[in-house]
Amino acid sequence: MAMQSTVETAVTLRARDGFVERWAKRLALLRESPTAMVGLGIILFWVAVAILAPVITVYPPNANDYAALANTKPSAAHWLGTDHTGRDIWSRLAYGARTVLTVAPIATAGAVALGIILGLAAGYYRGWTDVIITRVCDIILSFPVIILYMIILATVGASALNIILVVTGVKAPYIARIVRGCCMDIREREYVAAARMRGESGQFIMLMEILPNARGPIIVEACLRMGYTTITIGVLGFLGIGLPPPDPDWGGMVKDTYGMMSVWPHMSLIPCAAISSLVIGFNLLAVGLREIGLRD
Amino acid sequence: MWRYILKNLTYLIVTMVATSFIVFALTEATPGDVARKLLGAYATQEQVDSLRKEMRLDRPLLERYVEYVGNLLAGDLGYSLRYKTPVNDIIWDRLKNTGLLAAVAFCFIVPLSMLLGVLAGMREGSKTDRAILLGGTVLASVPEFAMGVFLASIFVVWLGWLPGTATLVPGEWSVASQMVLPVAVIVLFDMGYVVCMIRASMIETMQRPYIRTAVLKGMAYRQVILGHALRNAMLNPVTIILLQITYLVTGVVVVESVFAYPGYGRMMLEAALFKDIALIEVGVLVAVVVAVGTQILGDLGYRMLDPRIRL
Repeated sequence: MAMQSTVETAVTLRARDGFVERWAKRLALLRESPTAMVGLGIILFWVAVAILAPVITVYPPNANDYAALANTKPSAAHWLGTDHTGRDIWSRLAYGARTVLTVAPIATAGAVALGIILGLAAGYYRGWTDVIITRVCDIILSFPVIILYMIILATVGASALNIILVVTGVKAPYIARIVRGCCMDIREREYVAAARMRGESGQFIMLMEILPNARGPIIVEACLRMGYTTITIGVLGFLGIGLPPPDPDWGGMVKDTYGMMSVWPHMSLIPCAAISSLVIGFNLLAVGLREIGLRD
Repeated sequence: MWRYILKNLTYLIVTMVATSFIVFALTEATPGDVARKLLGAYATQEQVDSLRKEMRLDRPLLERYVEYVGNLLAGDLGYSLRYKTPVNDIIWDRLKNTGLLAAVAFCFIVPLSMLLGVLAGMREGSKTDRAILLGGTVLASVPEFAMGVFLASIFVVWLGWLPGTATLVPGEWSVASQMVLPVAVIVLFDMGYVVCMIRASMIETMQRPYIRTAVLKGMAYRQVILGHALRNAMLNPVTIILLQITYLVTGVVVVESVFAYPGYGRMMLEAALFKDIALIEVGVLVAVVVAVGTQILGDLGYRMLDPRIRL
């Protein structure tokens, strides 16, 4: 009994070592692409801001400092100035980063998961499954996404969960298309034929043989989708159908203040710069990852 | 050829029926029903009930849907609650305005992105390529509203060269000058994406054996690009460029909101916020026609350009 448990521990440990080593190598590879490193740097900056939000801000994000309204411009008291109701812009940015960086990854992860399932099923089983999945995906892809969001969020109501669900459904076809393409290529390989010969189930082949080998393009696409999901969340906030106020979200900050741009341009410029930089970070990382992937 | 067109028209009709039914069900069967929306929050429940009976809203969904489609086909698009006029009076005007915006933007996007995409993809990894790729990536990363704010803060607030709104009413600023910023935002945002697509296709073409042969036999590089690479490299992007029409017509909600442009997108946003059911339903149908229509057009264009595929 004791013997058995030691053996098991040894095996898992070795497997874990391999896992860590593999990822360490991948990260080292990342260092070869300056584009990817810049992108990763920007993303990590905002992740740090989001995590440390209570530590690095002085004011609560929804507190109105009416005394600051006399001079809303950036000052020693308010580093990035305040908005039109005297709320500290830096605090709202930092707490807004929390919103974006939780909603966007969850929504993208949902889209990736759903996309992988659909793509694998379409690419592996072919036939009618493929036809139906591809047709439905085509319709969603060609349909103006923003109109779809507007209808659903206007009829069902806007909440973080609804945004995540809608984004998942709308972005999944992008992933599915990529996965299907990879899957159709990989299913013809020898190791898949070998697995089939061993009598493995379709699910096992799809998840254990095909999926790991389609990893590269999926990671790149997921990274791109993170960027676009961030844009989507910003746009929804800007249009007033995003997360309900008063909690800070970057798009909503712009919506509230861009009418006053001729007087106080910094109120909308700063959140615009924040969201743009985060999306640029994701997209640069995607471009860098693709370059690295092409090299080996 | 005819069989192909017929097949796609059937597809268009099936998609329209399916989408319109989903939207109809979604908008009319959600909490806060039509009668309640018409009368407002302060009406009593009896008033709501009597109106529901009067409008015959108590019938089954399918029956009402069939009647609705009948009305649509007869040219009655319904009555807009938000604008207090028949949908017919508002939607065509708005579509015309958006069409204008889309057409002007399209005329800039296509030649500019083709030029930049080919320039970049011609020599992968060169300095020009790196610059265009990075520029395109950054431009495609800036959300439209942020791009609008950036451009407006420079050209409206700082330099004072252009108006910050595009209401299409000639006043202090001419209509042409009002169009500059909305068009610029759309072109910059959309171009980043299209350039990257054309670049990718160009790179792929340049790696083909026939390009290698042409270069090795001593053909002028210019001739290789113009004579051999260009037409083949344009095959895939044609579909992508045509798909941009969908975005241009129905996806410019944000740009229209930033600049208060009286177009289709802003109308749809207001309709959605106001729960203006009649307008939403017709607007979505328009979007579906545009989306599926351009998809079919793109498919046709692809088949015409590629002699290997016969209709």
